[in-house]
Amino acid sequence: MTKTAQINLVVNGEKYFENVPVRMNLADFLRNKLGLTGTHVGCEHGVCGACTIFLDGVTARSCLTLAVQADETEVTTIEGYETDKNASDLIKNFHKRNALQCGYCTPGMLASSIEYIEQGNPPDRKKVKEHISGNYCRCTGYQAIVDAICTTIEERQSR
Amino acid sequence: MKAPDFSYEKPTTISDVLALLANNELECQLLAGGQSLMPMMNFRMANPGTLVDISNVSELSGIYERKETIEIGAMVRYRELELSKIIKTHCPLISMVLPYVAHAAIRNRGTIGGSIGLSDPAAELPAVLLVLDGKIEITSEKGIRLEPANTFFKGVYETSCEPDELITKIILPKKQPKQKFGFHEIARRHGDYAMAGVCILQDVDLNVRVAFFGVADRAVRSIAVENLLSGNSYLSGELIKNAQNVLNDIEFEGDMNAGPEAKQHIAKVVLERALKEMKND
Repeated sequence: MTKTAQINLVVNGEKYFENVPVRMNLADFLRNKLGLTGTHVGCEHGVCGACTIFLDGVTARSCLTLAVQADETEVTTIEGYETDKNASDLIKNFHKRNALQCGYCTPGMLASSIEYIEQGNPPDRKKVKEHISGNYCRCTGYQAIVDAICTTIEERQSR
Repeated sequence: MKAPDFSYEKPTTISDVLALLANNELECQLLAGGQSLMPMMNFRMANPGTLVDISNVSELSGIYERKETIEIGAMVRYRELELSKIIKTHCPLISMVLPYVAHAAIRNRGTIGGSIGLSDPAAELPAVLLVLDGKIEITSEKGIRLEPANTFFKGVYETSCEPDELITKIILPKKQPKQKFGFHEIARRHGDYAMAGVCILQDVDLNVRVAFFGVADRAVRSIAVENLLSGNSYLSGELIKNAQNVLNDIEFEGDMNAGPEAKQHIAKVVLERALKEMKND
């Protein structure tokens, strides 16, 4: 009968040992317990993609994951994408291509984009759109985001 | 939109899971990938007393090739199925369907056992199991039983699985040479729940099995369409049209996307498209 639990996890390379209510989701844990407010909370039922983070190397919805489920895992959030994921070129291209306006979807959008690039996928607009289909953006119309992802892949290939 | 209060257990063996499930007072709910359960809890549609997280039960993992079948552990995630060579070779229908199952981040977490156990009417995998004649291995403290997919799905979020039972494996027959598969779905956004979809198997002996999802209270076969298509090696345009015309043996049900009549119409459209794609293969 446990309503709280001790969890051990690594977030952006830093170790944490925390006591959490078992009903707390990972997004709230990151934001409210660790102060990592870069992870955004949108719909809280897995549809919008704003809260997407990396859990043990693959993307996951932090609103559909309990903090206790993240026990003994490694989490990477937007605060770690430049350093831990070497995604500064992608971030620069998001900036350059105006791939955001309000920025609310950007943390999740970057997570999905990084995963697409890391998997060695081609700069194919249709495939990019399929991969980021789980992330809503209400400002850009997506074209600029697809541009930024494809440009990053092309630049990395020509390097 | 936060989950209600509950207790949490994370057993590591099947027998520990079963012991928890057998205790009625705990009001247990199994947590696999959580990609449907967590939203349902956030919406307060589900309110379990005890959440039993089965992600650390190693006996529930792994994809195994047997002589005539492929056995898939209940905790196998969609992403593992996508990457599996065994699945690509022996269960090509699963590989066809997976890119349409939700979004990448959901597929990284969601499990085959979770999808089958939930019996969401719009989910793809129950229809896959119906056409492949898959079996579901169900374990409780009373023992192990094998339930055919045909009798497993009972209704919206309803299956033949009892509260003290745990889905441990999904068992699928291996692909036979000359078997052909068809699949098509229509959704408002790629990866969203389908407005209607269909899975088709044309067997070596030209028997055809057809199962729809997203159109009724569960994944359902259309026996009328199956009877009409069976025995034909060539799927002519006329045959496809006739198949559409006999598609009225399903109790179509509406949802927030469309009413029953629209569902029937979209079902006919996906049927036509899937059959045409099979023809051109």
